[in-house]
Amino acid sequence: MLGKLDWSAIPFDQPIPLVAGAVVLVAILAVLIWVVVKGHLPYLWHEWITSVDHKRIGVMYILLASVMLLRGGSDAIMMRIQQAVAYQSQGYLPPEHYNQIFSAHGTIMIFFVAMPFVIGLMNLVVPLQLGVRDVAFPTLNSVGFWLTATGALLVNISLVIGEFARTGWLAFPPLSELSYSPGVGVDYYAWSLQISGVGTLVAGINLVTTVLKLRTKGMNYLRMPMFCWTTLASNLLIVAAFPILTATLAMLLLDRYLGFHFFTNEAGGNVMMFMNLIWAWGHPEVYILVLPAFGIFSEVVSTFSGKALFGYRSMVLATMAICVISFMVWLHHFFTMGAGPDVNAIFGIASMIIAIPTGVKIYNWLFTMYGGRIRFATPMLWSVGFMVTFIVGGLTGVLLAVPPADFMLHNSMFLVAHFHNVIIGGVLFGAFAGFEYWFPKAFGFRLDERWGKAAFWFTFLGFYVTFMPLYIAGMLGMTRRMQHYDVGAWRPWMIIAAVGMAVLSIGVICQIVQLAVSIRNREALRDHTGDPWDGRSLEWAPSSPPPVFNFAFNPDVRGEDAYWDMKAHAKQQSLEHERLEYQDIEMPRNSPTGFICAFFASIMGFALIWHIWWMVILGGLGAFATFVVFAWRDHDEYVIPAEEVAAIDRVNLEERRSLVSMAGAV
Amino acid sequence: MAMIATAGHAHADPHHIGLVIEHPGPAPKRIVTAYGFWIFLLSDIVMFSCFFAAYAVLSGQTAGGPRGSEIFEPRNVAIETVCLLLSSFTCGMASIAADVRNRFWFYLGMAVTCVLGLIFLAIEFREFADLVARGYGPSRSAFLTAFFSLVGCHGLHVSAGVLWLLTMMAQVFAKGFRADILRRMTCFALFWHALDIIWVAVFSVVYLLGSGA
Ligand code: HEM
Ligand SMILES: [Cu+2]
Repeated sequence: MLGKLDWSAIPFDQPIPLVAGAVVLVAILAVLIWVVVKGHLPYLWHEWITSVDHKRIGVMYILLASVMLLRGGSDAIMMRIQQAVAYQSQGYLPPEHYNQIFSAHGTIMIFFVAMPFVIGLMNLVVPLQLGVRDVAFPTLNSVGFWLTATGALLVNISLVIGEFARTGWLAFPPLSELSYSPGVGVDYYAWSLQISGVGTLVAGINLVTTVLKLRTKGMNYLRMPMFCWTTLASNLLIVAAFPILTATLAMLLLDRYLGFHFFTNEAGGNVMMFMNLIWAWGHPEVYILVLPAFGIFSEVVSTFSGKALFGYRSMVLATMAICVISFMVWLHHFFTMGAGPDVNAIFGIASMIIAIPTGVKIYNWLFTMYGGRIRFATPMLWSVGFMVTFIVGGLTGVLLAVPPADFMLHNSMFLVAHFHNVIIGGVLFGAFAGFEYWFPKAFGFRLDERWGKAAFWFTFLGFYVTFMPLYIAGMLGMTRRMQHYDVGAWRPWMIIAAVGMAVLSIGVICQIVQLAVSIRNREALRDHTGDPWDGRSLEWAPSSPPPVFNFAFNPDVRGEDAYWDMKAHAKQQSLEHERLEYQDIEMPRNSPTGFICAFFASIMGFALIWHIWWMVILGGLGAFATFVVFAWRDHDEYVIPAEEVAAIDRVNLEERRSLVSMAGAV
Repeated sequence: MAMIATAGHAHADPHHIGLVIEHPGPAPKRIVTAYGFWIFLLSDIVMFSCFFAAYAVLSGQTAGGPRGSEIFEPRNVAIETVCLLLSSFTCGMASIAADVRNRFWFYLGMAVTCVLGLIFLAIEFREFADLVARGYGPSRSAFLTAFFSLVGCHGLHVSAGVLWLLTMMAQVFAKGFRADILRRMTCFALFWHALDIIWVAVFSVVYLLGSGA
């Protein structure tokens, strides 16, 4: 009846996950009860859960990422404490449990923190920057988000019901095969990534189509803001790489569920094939994450330097070069597995070539700042912090791309330090920069600068104290994923790293406080202009937050830095628009499709993990029924009448005009 | 630069130095939908490529089991291929009928497509069932694993296509040739033709090369 599921699945003997699960459950229940009692449920349902507005979906992605960052961060804290105390002793975590923690940490951080964060920012900003009303497929967009949430949900369920994989974030066979991992851990891993992977693919198709086919009038390719370019590159990578992940995980699942022999040791299966497939996805994946961050830094650096981006065309070229080359270096992830010196040399050189376009970008940012009027607001701090940190991470990466060096450093703490260096210093700093930069756009008020700066400095310093020691430990020969160890030379570095983790956590707390303080002071921090940073691209043209339809008139773009140009013209001609006729606007209707799809996907995923076949069929039928009902709908759009558009737009124009005349009076 | 571009926009003089062709604005919905679906198809083809790659790597790994030439039946495969190629033709006829809003030819084209698709699936199913009955199931060897997965993956796509086809017919029956339904019909036709192309690859790589070896 319930497949493999019985009472033994709940770890009554392990207090940590049980207590953590209970706390989370109580928290969720408390929030739910509060929502229902306060009568917020209809609002949530109509305005958020069923919303197909790209801005709302973007915000929900970022919310999901933030919550999961706390979960992944707790795992990180547990690991750092374990390695600080587990010198010549067991430490406080049983090995089984430690293995699950690092697997869950890596999986969560990549798939449910970094991915949703950058996809959320792209969703929120790109249509605005392109001057359009929504993404190409609004309802699908909502489906994509909710499927990602399903994946996150499944991973978290594994905390209390059953177990998570003990195989690391990439689940290498043969360890992940049934014979070595008979539990449900790998199944949790694989199904949650399969489901959220579909969501990611949908988001990728959506954003590629949006950038290529929906740009507003006059928005030629070479006038798109840099963030749109990196979004395009990143989503092209998603569309090309995620199907590889889907296929690879499908093969692993076939091995596990039906006794196939793709990657087994018996009957001719080939483990190296898994390595090639997973890294053919995995290496582009890191660029999927970091390219949007590069875009954010480009926007931020140029805005806060008060200058157009230096070398815009070389930036575009560098972005697309990275997009292509990132598909040709995957083998550097297994130099040590016997491909031979020639193959290794070729892939080593190809890997180093990526450093060239990346270097171009760094120089362009520096030259953008050079001679500019720089304002060190919080987003700019994150950007400068990134440049310093990423150079260190990039250099150690080039070092790892030297095959002989990699033979020494492979799978050591040096590697762990390297990829955190690029992923925290690149992706996470970028996400935070984008968060601070676009927050006023999304919510209509700015974030508190003092707490923001505190958050930056604690995170920045904490990062160095945590991860620089790992480089040293790695060079002293410490391998990764150690539950405990007996080498005294490593101990001090592990203790320093744990202290660093504490400093880093203060940074995270500052960020939470920043949010709370800003919400409390939101009237004082209100952004009346829609353009709090004196921005250069179109997302600063509408009010903050923008109306559902974003733009009352489709903007007509005449050059790079579209909004900067408009502002320059407006100074001479006073504000335009008034002579234009307002028109009715058609917008896509809200739809529960995404949420219902995710509901059935969750049921189906859970049932598949536990081999509850009747429930699988039920979930599948439900999903199909949703599809048919969705296909059957008659009206998927509603009309906002011209008067309403005019009313909304006039309020915005009034606010701006009063500000302009105030500025004129001074 | 920007000024030149604007000037070039105003009077489209191809001899104007530094002319930039102005982007005209968002594409119509029909194009956007088809474009997005194309991208999906490309990503689906990437997924198939992985199974093709796996087949290429594993096709020699028979682990003492049968090789391709011992189990493939060229006659069946030929019938399958003919069915599928024909169905692509009839699907094309149905698309044209939809474009000119002719219900009769639309239903006929779709119905024939459906029948041909089902015949294809039936033959494939029989082939699989037969192999399993002889003990040559997918867990017998890595070669058979790769074979069943690649061909089966295509078969699953065809099954999904048949389901989609039926919903398309029902939609036209209930709602007529509305703009959104025509857009979906375009996507369905793209999907069905893409399956044909993939089958040609399967046919060549698996059956033709395999029968020779
Ligand atoms: C906030 C501070 C963080 C700390 C202190 C931290 C700490 C750790 C530790 C101790 C490990 C295990 C190393 C080992 O195998 O022994 C690890 C692995 C990993 N971390 Fe982090 N981490 C942090 C943030 C992140 C972030 C933000 C990401 C990605 C966005 C990330 C991605 C990963 C990945 C992919 C692994 C590999 C997991 C595996 O070995 O399978 N980490 N981290
Ligand atoms: Cu790589």
